[in-house]
Amino acid sequence: MSPVNYVYLAAVLFTIGAAGVLIRRNAIVVFMCIELMLNAANLTLVAFSRIHGNLDGQIMAFFVMVVAAAEVVVGLAIIVMMYRSRHSASVDDASLMKL
Amino acid sequence: MSVANAGFPLLTVTAALPAAGAVVTAAVPAARRGAAKWLALLFSLATLVFALVVLARFDPGGSRYQLTESHSWIADFGVRYELGVDGIGAVLIALTALLLPFIVGAAWHDADELEPARPNRRWRPTQGFFALMLATEAMVIVSFAATDVFLFYVFFEAMLIPMYFLIGGFGDRAHAAGEEEGAKQRSYAAVKFLLYNLAGGLIMLAAVIGLFVVTSDQLGEGTFSLQQIAQARANGDLTMGTGIERLLFLGFFFAFAVKAPLWPLHTWLPNAMGEATAPVAVLITAVVDKVGTFAMLRFCLGLFPEASKWATPVVLVLALVSILYGALLAVGQRDIKRLIAYASISHFGFIILGVFAMTSQGQSGATLYMVFHGVSTAALMLVAGFLISRRGSRLIADYGGVQKVAPVLAGTFLVGGLATLSLPGLAPFVSEFLVLVGTFSRYPVAGIVATAGIVLGALYILLMYQRTMTGPVEKPEVRAMPDLRVREVAVAAPLVALLLFLGIFPKPVADIVNPSVEHTMSDVHKKDPKPDHQVAETGWFDYKPAEHAGGDHK
Amino acid sequence: MESLIGLLVGFPLLGAAVLLCGGRKLDRSGHWLGVLLSGASFVTGVVLFAGMLGKPTDQRALHQHLFTWVPVESFQANVAFQLDQLAMTFVLLITGVGTLIHIYSVGYMEHDVGRRRFFGYLNLFLAAMLLLVLADNYLLLYVGWEGVGLASYLLIGFWQFKPSAAVAAKKAFLVNRVGDAGLAIAIFLMFTTFGSFTFAPVLDNATDAGEGKLTAIGLMLLLAACGKSAQVPLQSWLGDAMEGPTPVSALIHAATMVTAGVYLITRSGAIFNGAPDAQTVVVVVGAVTLLYGAIVGCAKDDIKKALAGSTMSQIGYMVLAAGLGPIGYAFAIMHLVTHGFFKAGLFLGAGSVMHGMNDEVDMRRYGGLRKYMPVTFVTFGLGYLAIIGFPGLSGFFSKDQIIEAAFAKGGTQGWILGAVTLVGAAITAYYMTRVMLMTFFGEERWKGQENEPHPHESPKIMTVPMIVLAFGSVFAGGLFKAGESFVHWLEPVTQFEHGHSPVSAAAVTGATVVALLLGVGGAWLQYGRRPVPSVAPRGSLLTRAARRDLLQDDINHAVLVKPGEYLTRGLVYADNKVVDGAVNGTAAAFGGLSGRTRRVQNGFVRSYAVSMFGGAAVLVAATLLMRAV
Repeated sequence: MSPVNYVYLAAVLFTIGAAGVLIRRNAIVVFMCIELMLNAANLTLVAFSRIHGNLDGQIMAFFVMVVAAAEVVVGLAIIVMMYRSRHSASVDDASLMKL
Repeated sequence: MSVANAGFPLLTVTAALPAAGAVVTAAVPAARRGAAKWLALLFSLATLVFALVVLARFDPGGSRYQLTESHSWIADFGVRYELGVDGIGAVLIALTALLLPFIVGAAWHDADELEPARPNRRWRPTQGFFALMLATEAMVIVSFAATDVFLFYVFFEAMLIPMYFLIGGFGDRAHAAGEEEGAKQRSYAAVKFLLYNLAGGLIMLAAVIGLFVVTSDQLGEGTFSLQQIAQARANGDLTMGTGIERLLFLGFFFAFAVKAPLWPLHTWLPNAMGEATAPVAVLITAVVDKVGTFAMLRFCLGLFPEASKWATPVVLVLALVSILYGALLAVGQRDIKRLIAYASISHFGFIILGVFAMTSQGQSGATLYMVFHGVSTAALMLVAGFLISRRGSRLIADYGGVQKVAPVLAGTFLVGGLATLSLPGLAPFVSEFLVLVGTFSRYPVAGIVATAGIVLGALYILLMYQRTMTGPVEKPEVRAMPDLRVREVAVAAPLVALLLFLGIFPKPVADIVNPSVEHTMSDVHKKDPKPDHQVAETGWFDYKPAEHAGGDHK
Repeated sequence: MESLIGLLVGFPLLGAAVLLCGGRKLDRSGHWLGVLLSGASFVTGVVLFAGMLGKPTDQRALHQHLFTWVPVESFQANVAFQLDQLAMTFVLLITGVGTLIHIYSVGYMEHDVGRRRFFGYLNLFLAAMLLLVLADNYLLLYVGWEGVGLASYLLIGFWQFKPSAAVAAKKAFLVNRVGDAGLAIAIFLMFTTFGSFTFAPVLDNATDAGEGKLTAIGLMLLLAACGKSAQVPLQSWLGDAMEGPTPVSALIHAATMVTAGVYLITRSGAIFNGAPDAQTVVVVVGAVTLLYGAIVGCAKDDIKKALAGSTMSQIGYMVLAAGLGPIGYAFAIMHLVTHGFFKAGLFLGAGSVMHGMNDEVDMRRYGGLRKYMPVTFVTFGLGYLAIIGFPGLSGFFSKDQIIEAAFAKGGTQGWILGAVTLVGAAITAYYMTRVMLMTFFGEERWKGQENEPHPHESPKIMTVPMIVLAFGSVFAGGLFKAGESFVHWLEPVTQFEHGHSPVSAAAVTGATVVALLLGVGGAWLQYGRRPVPSVAPRGSLLTRAARRDLLQDDINHAVLVKPGEYLTRGLVYADNKVVDGAVNGTAAAFGGLSGRTRRVQNGFVRSYAVSMFGGAAVLVAATLLMRAV
């Protein structure tokens, strides 16, 4: 199977993730969609690594995973705190950061 | 150039002294704010001593810049810590150091009202007030001494910070419209001051960077040093294109015209001077604004001589407009301090006229004008401040007949006023006459138009004196007005004496300034116009009636 | 000998400094210090005069260089004095009359709380006036010129609590400033023309400069003279200046300061000689003012204002004479000196009358005072006879010479000027007789008024100076005329040419006497034969106009003051709305713009995300597009 198909798959996953971020209100879902986009990016990295025949992309993918893991920790913590204080996980309820 | 002269860093010390004073004053504990005042006075007096040493060590016959210091600062950009004074800088440093003790003395009680009822460790207005003044002094002194354009720029801009707080934080409480409106006006004035000067400064920054690009293009290595640029110019290593030179000139000139201030960039000054307390107003107009006119002489004419000559007609017209416009607006003012502010605008017009007339008399006159206007405005404004503090109002209409109850106050006010209207015998006359004669000898029409300024000067000063000081005493607040107190006499009397002394014997100052002006004249490649029918000599003692051929003067 | 010159100025200057800075300790005896130092200056003047007489004519001028004042390249101003015959004449007049008036003031100002200050100002005036006449260059002269202006300002406004006095003082200073600007421009012109403004080099080389330059300089000097000497069109301040104490009017606004314009023109004779057009203007100004002042003097009921009109008119004579050139300079100065005596005497007499009449100045409330104030009456009367030119008295000789010189101008001009001076002489006789009759003769109109005054003779300290001045009024003219001594004395400085009058001297004298008799007779018919109404009648149109100083203030008001007020008000408005408005408008525009843009920041995470995606999409599209091109 041609590795290019993985790139197509990644594009589809990224689009789903982006649509989710834009459409869904629940912070957890938005968060998962962001993860989906990150993993789509990872998939392209690995795919291109394979296409070009060097390891740069795969190493990069590991970095992304590490960052994503750290992000999950911080992000989930924020969401939990938000839910505790306002009993809601909707991103539209938290619109205090404006002028 | 690269090696600093080995001597004592006199200029650095002169500038560092008030800076140290600012730190020490600010650190005085809350409970001992009286000590802060005395410390401020002490440091300003010590600075004066050093400034006088600078003046004494300056040799008018010597090289152009003296007491030079030079150290590398930001090597990558060719920025150096280079200090040095010519005669013009030396007398202006002396003026600054001279006025500060009087400003401190006059402002003795200005911050008292702001003191919290109980001593508070974190809110110490008195300490802050005097520390800001000393900080301003330090920055002004560096500006007058800097021979590196970038160094100058840094301090030229940094000056805005303490001034902003002095105007906005310690403004005049005597406000007709009440406390709240007063606070609003103060903060408006402070912001206006800051924005105007910042706008000018940022445009200048662009020009400073442009200068760096030009020098690094042509010399291989960028520099901001006045001396290096002048040398490269003289060797022919550095030639600026006409267009570039004009652009850079405009960038610098704009900043200085805002600071000076030149019409139509003047409107921040009446607000700032009106809302600041009288001593701070003196600091603005007599000291800080002088950096603007000084910098025109040193940087605009020194760095961009051809562009200066190109811009002269427009600048002269603007200066004339300033003279007449400032004077006419002063006539129409109802507020004492705003009146003095507009009078200052008129006087700055004279200074700029003298600078750009490009004659020895014009430029020497302009330099002397900076010094003498500093002293005369200080005398007038500080006494006006004493008057205002007695009545709590700045409106001319709230006074009348003060001469009857407080003759000494009225007398010193009159002398300050007469100095402002350039009465012969008082210092400003000498400088104003020189500016006028210098302008007239190259641009007769401009000279005549400017002469109208002396008539208007008499009008606004005497109108104000008539309305505040003469007539019957009708208002009870005026009737109860005390005459000048000892501290106030100690502030006003030396200034009045100085005005008289410099009016009768300005030669020592003129002798220091003249050679430097000759250098500036040679920067712009200008010579004084020659009289049509030169007579042999001017003094009677060496005048021989028999031979009146057209002899060359030197 | 030279070193004494500085003392002439130094003594009164010291007095001014001590009295003005001395504080209340000097209140009790300070005035005597003022008198003493003024006297010391006079004695110094006399010593110098004696020394001068002992020398041959061409070596009489003395110089003293004190110090270099303002040295800037070719602009070299010195504080240096030049005492020649012309300056000497003024020194003696100023210090002599000045000292007498100082003494008089001791009595006149006895009850005034500000007496110390008054004497300080008087001494300041003497110092400035002496500086004016002793300066050896125009710039130092300018210092004295403005210095006397300052002293005049301070003294007119001496009773500052009176708003009218404060306004009059300011007006005098301002009108003078206009003249001063003329002097300043004249100095600029001299500097650009000759490279100098010292008398000797400028005046010796004046002819080199060409007529155009000289005319310009001359006209500017004339403007200065008009301001200081209250000549048309800058005459409006003198009448109001009578708000000052009477000794001030006598010293400054009659005998000395107001004649400074004549000094300036005479001193600059070499310039005017080379500029006939400027001379013509001088003569016209003199002639117009001569009639103007005389007409105003006829209508005033205020004794001091009547005398002020007369001063204006007499200075008109002097200016006219000075405008005639070398045939007139000496006579101008001669009339100036004799006028100094009799006009000072008349003013002191007026002060003495006011002193005895509760400071009343309206002559319609005087009358028949000769019985009550015999000394004042006699001294005033002698001054009166002198000013109208009664044969044998001072004014006769000096005025007669001017009338003769006016005819000698030649041509139609000569006839016109001669006629004007004769008419002036007749009007002078008229208004002075009017003053005399209204004050000392006729009914005692002050009787039966509220606060009826009790006229009495003034104390000796006031009458003695009046008597001395009366002597001067009587004898000075004859003394000067005898053997043409005055003309010969001044000749080295001012030059002298005998004018050739188309009319014989005897005829001129005869005509003068006829004019005098006409004037006196006219006044007698109106004010001597008939009782004087104590309320002024409405009068003819000319009388009413003359009472208003021929509408000078109305004209100034309409032409200068009102438009000026509108202009300043308009500018104040424009500064706020237009100049500041432009800046504030820019600020407001930016504020509005940022107000709009900040709405984008709505706080919703998803809208930020949209803009992020949008931005990313645009970037990608742009990159692809660039790649494709």
